Amino acid sequence: MLLIRCPYCEEERPELEFRNAGEAHIARPTNIAAESDDDFEKFFFIRANPKGVIYERWRHIHGCARFFNAVRDTVTDKFVMTYKAGEPKPSKLPGASK
Amino acid sequence: MAKAAAKTKAAASASVERRPALAGRTLSAPGVKVEMLPPAERISLRAPQASLAALSKALGVTLPVKPKTSAMKDGRTALWLGPDEWMIIDEAGNDPLADCAKVTALHSAVGISHRNVGISVAGPAAAVTVNSGCPQDLSIEAFPVGAASRTILGKSEIVLLRTAEDSFRVECWRSFSDYVFTLLSEAASDAAN
Amino acid sequence: MTAVFRISGAGRLSQAKTASFSFDGKPYSGIEGDTLASALLANGVHLVGRSFKYHRPRGFLSAGAEEPNALVQIVRDDARKTPNVRATVQELYDGLTAISQNRWPSLAFDVGAVNDLASPMFSAGFYYKTFMWPKWAWKDLYEPKIRAAAGLGVSPEKPDPDHYAARYAHCEVLVLGGGAAGIAAALAAAETGVRVILADEQAEFGGSLRFESGARIDGQDGYAWAQGAIAKLKAMDNVRVLSRTTAFGYYAQNFVGLVERVSDHLKSPGRELARERLWQVRAGRVVIATGAIERHMVFANNDRPGVMLASAARTYLNHYGVAVGRNVGVYTANDSAYAAAIDLKKAGVNIAAIVDLRDNPTCPVIDEARALGIEINFGRAVVSAGGKLRVSSMTVQPKNGGGERTIPVDAILMSSGWTPSVHLFSQSRGKVAFNDDTKRFVPGTYAQDCVSVGACNGTDGLDATVDEAYAAGAKAAKDAGGKAGKGAKPKVDAGESWSRGMLGAAPGAGPGTTVKAFVDFQNDVTAKDIRQAVHEGMHSIEHVKRFTTNGMATDQGKTSNMHGLAIAAEELGKPIPQVGLTTFRAPYTPVTFGSIVGHARGALFDPTRRTATHGWAASHGAVFEEVGHWKRAWYFPRAGEDMHAAVNRECVTVRKVGGLFDASTLGKIEVVGPDAAKFMELLYTNPWEKLETGRCRYGIMLREDGFIYDDGVVGRLAPDRFHVTTTTGGAPRVMNHMEDYLQTEFPHLNVWLTSITEQWAVIAVQGPKSRDIIAPLVEGIDISDEAMPHMSVREGKICGVPTRLFRMSFTGERGFEVNVPADYGEAVWEALWAEGQKHGAVAYGTETMHVLRAEKGYIIVGQDTDGTVTPSDAGLDWAVGKKKTDFVGIRGLTRPDLVAKARKQLVGLKTKDPKVVLEEGAQIVADPKQPIPMKMIGHVTSSYWSENCGRSIALALVAGGRDRMGQTLYVPMPNGTIEVEVTGMVFVDEKGGRLNG
Repeated sequence: MLLIRCPYCEEERPELEFRNAGEAHIARPTNIAAESDDDFEKFFFIRANPKGVIYERWRHIHGCARFFNAVRDTVTDKFVMTYKAGEPKPSKLPGASK
Repeated sequence: MAKAAAKTKAAASASVERRPALAGRTLSAPGVKVEMLPPAERISLRAPQASLAALSKALGVTLPVKPKTSAMKDGRTALWLGPDEWMIIDEAGNDPLADCAKVTALHSAVGISHRNVGISVAGPAAAVTVNSGCPQDLSIEAFPVGAASRTILGKSEIVLLRTAEDSFRVECWRSFSDYVFTLLSEAASDAAN
Repeated sequence: MTAVFRISGAGRLSQAKTASFSFDGKPYSGIEGDTLASALLANGVHLVGRSFKYHRPRGFLSAGAEEPNALVQIVRDDARKTPNVRATVQELYDGLTAISQNRWPSLAFDVGAVNDLASPMFSAGFYYKTFMWPKWAWKDLYEPKIRAAAGLGVSPEKPDPDHYAARYAHCEVLVLGGGAAGIAAALAAAETGVRVILADEQAEFGGSLRFESGARIDGQDGYAWAQGAIAKLKAMDNVRVLSRTTAFGYYAQNFVGLVERVSDHLKSPGRELARERLWQVRAGRVVIATGAIERHMVFANNDRPGVMLASAARTYLNHYGVAVGRNVGVYTANDSAYAAAIDLKKAGVNIAAIVDLRDNPTCPVIDEARALGIEINFGRAVVSAGGKLRVSSMTVQPKNGGGERTIPVDAILMSSGWTPSVHLFSQSRGKVAFNDDTKRFVPGTYAQDCVSVGACNGTDGLDATVDEAYAAGAKAAKDAGGKAGKGAKPKVDAGESWSRGMLGAAPGAGPGTTVKAFVDFQNDVTAKDIRQAVHEGMHSIEHVKRFTTNGMATDQGKTSNMHGLAIAAEELGKPIPQVGLTTFRAPYTPVTFGSIVGHARGALFDPTRRTATHGWAASHGAVFEEVGHWKRAWYFPRAGEDMHAAVNRECVTVRKVGGLFDASTLGKIEVVGPDAAKFMELLYTNPWEKLETGRCRYGIMLREDGFIYDDGVVGRLAPDRFHVTTTTGGAPRVMNHMEDYLQTEFPHLNVWLTSITEQWAVIAVQGPKSRDIIAPLVEGIDISDEAMPHMSVREGKICGVPTRLFRMSFTGERGFEVNVPADYGEAVWEALWAEGQKHGAVAYGTETMHVLRAEKGYIIVGQDTDGTVTPSDAGLDWAVGKKKTDFVGIRGLTRPDLVAKARKQLVGLKTKDPKVVLEEGAQIVADPKQPIPMKMIGHVTSSYWSENCGRSIALALVAGGRDRMGQTLYVPMPNGTIEVEVTGMVFVDEKGGRLNG
């Protein structure tokens, strides 16, 4: 069981309190009704699924109940960092070489 | 439909009996006692930072802003559950919902007195008992007296409040109380070993 | 029966405390503190099992958890029959009953042993190559036969009556292994005041100190020191000492699974005791002190009962006081076996000869053995063990060939060196490194905050081990936040030190030979099998492992891995590190299902949620159905009624008079804040801004893809407060869905959501008399049609307690839903029931609710929809706000597929024969005469007998359904094709007059 740092609770908590909520930084278009079919497809259906660093949404559903963002390495399964919902994608990751 | 049928009784009648879930249930095991707590008044309070002063004043208890903490005054406990969420438990028979109703500052107060039940887990083996299903570190350093957290116990969500070094209040939803009480009871029997 | 191999004065057990036990029905006597293995050996019993594939007779190889052979079934009673228990680990208790496995009809005469004679057939990869065709035969013939013949042990047939405990634990330092290294590390860590957990799989701490007679620490015998240190640790508040506890799995972020055997060693454990306790430990730092496992020699017939590891024989002697034979041979490539020979010789056991593969090694123990008059042969090999059910001789030959000499023995002790136990380190994702000098894999690159100490780290010698472990324990504690310790490092006065040895097949079992020289005893893998695997193209050690099964299953290669690897490497002509080591998998030793399940069985398998009126319903004869975690009253049969009769009566009575229904399980969410209506506009298809306070609306929630996600009636309690209801099953996910949008897409809205599902008990009072039923009990609310029309909500009191009273209907009749605080639910129900009785109303359950709503064509999300149904498909276009510019799903609704023609639409179906009730899920076709496979144009979603209609009714999703009104369609069933007519969805009161009737 992983430990995940909740940016709202400001500490690591057991994975059982959390739930994954899919890829992060996919904003719902403000005028969604006017989106083209292609744009809607990109927004709704297409996801990255990288081998390596992934930006995800998690919810501390059995804790503070907040959604937040996490950077996780899908190869090592390690969390690189977590940050609050609405905050921008970090430009530099801790310990990253590039 | 006849109009007569639509008329309702004018005079207030005595209210029907309240039947709390698992009322009176207790379990004693070496080192720990698990028991249902009496009914309490509870609200779920949601508010932005700007409203906290007014709400704290109205409630008579300062809403804590530090994660995993609570504040208590005159039988009323405010538990930090999230950055804009508190659970208020009043064991003194006063109505926090009415107190919040007077506050004009932005907030949401919803009565949940009957949604939750409280279970006391007390004794030297209390932390071990709760740890049978709760994965958090419940040492006094990591979860001191007054610490409060929504978390899980086995397959149920609970809110956990440490009321004393060897005493916890476990809050769960009404229909989960049988599961939670039974799990705590079974765990209690093993906890002193 | 006297235990003739028990040596008086040897061992640490008190001879006075005897325990009787039986093995394969024969009674024996042992001593308290014995393992089943030591007790059997004390009685001269070596033959304890048959091997997995060849059914060869087997005895004890070891004295610990690495035992591959001596697996027995422990029987307490009919329900407690534990298979595959290692006799070397099972502690003896008075009355213990053990039986051997994998043999028929008896251990000494086993029919399956014909497999041994036929072994050329059963070579490596046999199963893969042989049972390939015909294809059908695998399932029907081969697999059942193979499964019956193979397998280890027999599963119990009754439910496990024991219970299992579980707990999470946290510590700064977790020490795995309670030998000298683990104890030293735990002492150092404990002195700093941090929380320490020390776990060891044995009943007694000490590890190899149990047999190392030469160890002295702090002026005491090593084993005595260990017991003193453990007593000291146990007395410390910050330390938890766990014996009989195996660390079976090392997971991410120092999360380690331990299983503690609580009562398997007790004669009659009380009901209060769990059988096992699962510890899920989160540690700041982990000190791995799991020691090393002695390796056997790979030579012909090295599996004969009586052939065992030298350290095992030493343990049996020095700890249990048992001699494993009277005339013992030793075969070694390592010094440590000499110590065993010396100990046994001193205890009065004859050592027939020591055969040492090495040329002229020097070591003090060799001199000591020689001084005791033991015959020592250097540069020679044991090329074969004689005997069948028990070893009777060893055949010795110069290692480069030459004349053979057969020496009679009744046991052979062997040692080819020691393999560091890197299992847990490897499970932690650490990478091992090969030390070419000592020919062993040791921890290399660490992946987690852990450290290996002592023999498992390749550290030789007791002094060096204690030094290293003590320092590592102190550092781990310091790194995890401990203060500086005040204690003193244990002082090692004398210890034993062994390293080196050999890997692979010994002379006589090398390339070109076909003898049965076992590498993996448990999986019956010989040196030849491994060479054959390489020949057949398995060049990766992972392939060799799977092809031969070497190191697989419960054994996980404890004794076999290094030999197998060396043989493969030799055959491949590559150095060992290039061939690589297979991955070690959790669990280290088998773990019972019980300990994994823990408390989660019976009533605690899953929460069972009951409503406030459950007790009333139960006492009024309700039959319950499970809806998610909820128990809901399904129907209320009266005496003599079956389900059909009860539901018919309930359905008719509700429409004629009235009925009470517990709707408490419906999800309820209170949406509060100045932007509540704005939020509702975004989450539901309907318009909400203009809904007046006190009014209700049926709302539909979509996912972003445009499909129906949930529905429910929403009441507006105030301009800034909505009382939203959801489906029963949808309650948690709808809340999550709403929170998701609120927190991440619409965080600018000032609104909050609170689950009030369990705050309110909900009693639906439905039927023409519903208002008369509630009227006498309601206070402060005008419930006339004028003041409170259909789809409205009021707050007031009922029976003296607060209520949110909804005028709404899921039956098509005049109806109310009485919300009261849950603790009042049952009492209010009783009051309403008393009123209802005056009118002849019934209590009804979910089945009647389903029928009544289907008669009205009201859908159930999840039954009539399946996640691919749009509001238009369901005939609910009217609920989509046409003027709205945004709501979740608005764009999805215009996707090409969602506006395509001939989508499946929800319609009613009437069978031509009104008595026939369709099956839900049945497929629908337009032409029943078309060839199979037919083109299916839809399926039945809801189907019931409607007593009110006097016929069956059904709802179905049918392609282009609304254009097919009046058409005849067909439902092909196994017993014939059913003709149906497509109709509208409303079967009762099409105009809806009864809502106010």
